[in-house]
Amino acid sequence: MENKKNYSIIFIGIFNVLLFIAMITYICVYAYTNKIEMMDNGYNAHQQLLKSQNIRGNIYSRDGEILARTVTDDEGEEVREYPFGKVFSHVVGFATNGKSGIEKFSNYYLINTSLSLANKVKAHENEEKYMGDSVYTTLDAGLQQTAYEALAAHKGAVIVTEVKTGKVLCMVSKPDFDPNEITKIWDELTEDEDNTQLLNRATQGLYPPGSTFKIVTALEYYRENGDSYRDFSFNCTGKFKSGDNVINCYHGENHGSLDFTKAFAKSCNSAFASMSLDFNRSKFESTLNGLMFGQELPWEFGYSKSTAICNDELPEGDMMQLAIGQGTTLVSPLHLNMITMAIANNGTLMEPYLVDSIQSDDGKVIKKYDPSKYKDILDEDEARFLQEQMKEVVEVGTASKLKGLSYTSAGKTGSAEFKDSTSDSHAWFTGFAPCEDPEIAVTIIVENAGSGGEYAVPIAKRIYDTYFDAE
Amino acid sequence: MELYVTEISRYVIAGCALLYTLFSFLVFIYKGEKRRKPLYVMLNIALFMTQFSLFIQIFAKTGSKRYFLLCAIQLIVIATTIGLFKLIYPDGNRLIISNMCFMLMVGMVVITRISYNKGIKQFIIASVSIIIAFVIPELLFRMEFLERCGYIFAAIGLTLLLALLVYGTVINGSKINFRLFGITFMPSELVKLLFVFFAASVLSRSKDFKTIVLASVLAAAHVIILVLLKDLGSALIYFVVYLCILLVATNNPLYFILGLGSGSLASVVAYKLFPHIQVRVSAFLDPWTTIDNTGYQISQSLFAISGGGFFGLGLFGGTPSSIPFVEEDFIFAAIAEELGIIFASCVALVCLSTFIMILLEAYKIRNDFGRLMCVGFAVTYIFQVFLTIGGNSKFIPLTGVTLPMVSYGGTSVAVTIIMFALIEGECLVRSDERYQDYLNKKKENKASGK
Repeated sequence: MENKKNYSIIFIGIFNVLLFIAMITYICVYAYTNKIEMMDNGYNAHQQLLKSQNIRGNIYSRDGEILARTVTDDEGEEVREYPFGKVFSHVVGFATNGKSGIEKFSNYYLINTSLSLANKVKAHENEEKYMGDSVYTTLDAGLQQTAYEALAAHKGAVIVTEVKTGKVLCMVSKPDFDPNEITKIWDELTEDEDNTQLLNRATQGLYPPGSTFKIVTALEYYRENGDSYRDFSFNCTGKFKSGDNVINCYHGENHGSLDFTKAFAKSCNSAFASMSLDFNRSKFESTLNGLMFGQELPWEFGYSKSTAICNDELPEGDMMQLAIGQGTTLVSPLHLNMITMAIANNGTLMEPYLVDSIQSDDGKVIKKYDPSKYKDILDEDEARFLQEQMKEVVEVGTASKLKGLSYTSAGKTGSAEFKDSTSDSHAWFTGFAPCEDPEIAVTIIVENAGSGGEYAVPIAKRIYDTYFDAE
Repeated sequence: MELYVTEISRYVIAGCALLYTLFSFLVFIYKGEKRRKPLYVMLNIALFMTQFSLFIQIFAKTGSKRYFLLCAIQLIVIATTIGLFKLIYPDGNRLIISNMCFMLMVGMVVITRISYNKGIKQFIIASVSIIIAFVIPELLFRMEFLERCGYIFAAIGLTLLLALLVYGTVINGSKINFRLFGITFMPSELVKLLFVFFAASVLSRSKDFKTIVLASVLAAAHVIILVLLKDLGSALIYFVVYLCILLVATNNPLYFILGLGSGSLASVVAYKLFPHIQVRVSAFLDPWTTIDNTGYQISQSLFAISGGGFFGLGLFGGTPSSIPFVEEDFIFAAIAEELGIIFASCVALVCLSTFIMILLEAYKIRNDFGRLMCVGFAVTYIFQVFLTIGGNSKFIPLTGVTLPMVSYGGTSVAVTIIMFALIEGECLVRSDERYQDYLNKKKENKASGK
């Protein structure tokens, strides 16, 4: 009896001790892991508190240029200044009227300060606010400027990434806006129903991939046929007919007799439409999934999911459209760039990232973002096969404007038709350089310009020129 | 210069609180109060160091003389309480008193920081309660007849709650009205004492089935009235306290399981019946989608807890007033914001240390009434702490109860201090038991010697 009594008290005691341990652990873990997310919530009063204590930090390019800083205007108000104006508008983003881009992604660090106590005291004595932490991006101001100028008055997007690290060197989207004027032009920007100026086309724009999708089709052919792709031959008459469905080559061009590599280099629609009819549908579906179509992308900013649908029910006509990147197939420039990165890096996709490190104003590194491998989305021999095919596009095919330069390169062009008429098409190019040891992957879309070889490839050339000259 | 002081004091405060917490648990190494003496000295030093560093921070930040004066008076009151208690009740448990002073001290500092006038009011009520508390152990020791008045306590308690129910509905049926009434006096807090008295007294005198049924019906009546008053937190506390007293009194886990089962069933029914419970639960599950409405309080509380980091923003460095009812229901979040999550965890752990000590004392008491009463008070205390801290941090749904002795609220502070004084009274009873044993043994020895 006496013993039993003790047990119930012990039970109550132990139960509560465990409960408290669980609760305290929960509180600490929850508070720590959700810290940044909660600080960025608009309802959090701490944001205003930090704003009154700290100056919003600077954003730098990797070559040391200031992309965003806080200055005091004539009336003594703090305003955000973007020295490059429109050039970095989407990727760096803005910090008033809501937040976007890196301004949003790194907001927590920009509004906090990690100054040493001594430096804080110095600022305090001078009655100054504390300088917030700085964000060092992976962006290259030189390349960005080149790409921005090369795109000129066209709508479109350019992405340049380092294939071995995933660092994004350049990300341009047009039409753009001037982030310095964001408060003034805000109503105008948001009244525009499609929000087209605020949209970062590089990540959120979805386009028919056109012939650039032949990379995927070629991969599937290689997966199903292996090295016997060398035996492939096709006689192009400018169009390909199967039942009631007709596929035309670009501008009805007659490519004549082709092997696989030639068909890829010349971007023969008829050849690819015909080979797609023999594909194993479920294998193709898994190839598409493996290349992240309809899947999440390893990208921490906003983006749109690409679509490419293949299944057993797909009618023959749609299958042929899919093989040449037309029909309902849509891809974002970012996604196409990721595929190109993986090909250039022998199948391994590195996660693309924009922020390299966070540093306090007195130079202490607060956080370092290291390159990280996302996945091997291709086998090494598949990657090498595609590299070879893409080299030929430059050597003998549609990207010959890149031939015979001081550096070597490889790629694939595309001219994506988005209307029924054949005259209007988006110009695509996606490629990498140099061929011997690929360093960067470049993806370009120029809306409504014409053929990829004519309008997108020259932009790639200007980017390569800048990149390899600067090296 | 001030900046150095305020910045460094953040770490010092957390360190002192950690030290205090450490000693408040190290005490359990020894079984007897006498051997714990050196630890108590260290414990009290850590207490004063914490208090002192808090004052330094307030003074460095505000530079105001009135804070300095108030802080000095508070320090004197706390020191006197600890000193006097040791003098008057050398047989009492000193950990419970020190922990009580620690919690009162933290509460007064944080409330003073939020609102100076409320801080003064809280301080006066606490001081008066402490003075009253000095007489209680002696009173309890002399008034053994209290043990036999179980049903009278139940009658008084139920009458008070019923009066509140009637009074409340006459004016306005809403919950806020209940609070307005409570500005001068919160019956549900006072009835907590009577309720534990009732349960301990009835169940210590008889454990037959009839008594248990009658006691359970009376306890259920308390809980139901509280639910009707929309005071969910108190209803839950009463329920759990009764179950624990029943468990310890009967040693029969069956009653406990049966009680838990019917309690869960009742809460499901209550969830279906009362929309305000559904609102609470949905705000718990996802405060973010209703952040401008029902989820506002809890999300502000979470912002405060996570915003403070390990060492807090420093007193007067945060924005605790952005949480509605911060002094009453969300004092824990305010502590975490300005004094840091380490300090806040220490506060929770000190509560746990008090709880363990009360249970250890209860374990040793042979008087049934005393044991049940101590268990009842221990559970009342710890469960209330659990409901507040858990509710503030989204560990459990919000119930709107106060953190005992820390939150603002005169009745709550007074009742908790009296509760602790009653426990100390039982400690005296226990030491008397031991003295009687000693006398009996002596007598036996003498008898056998002859």
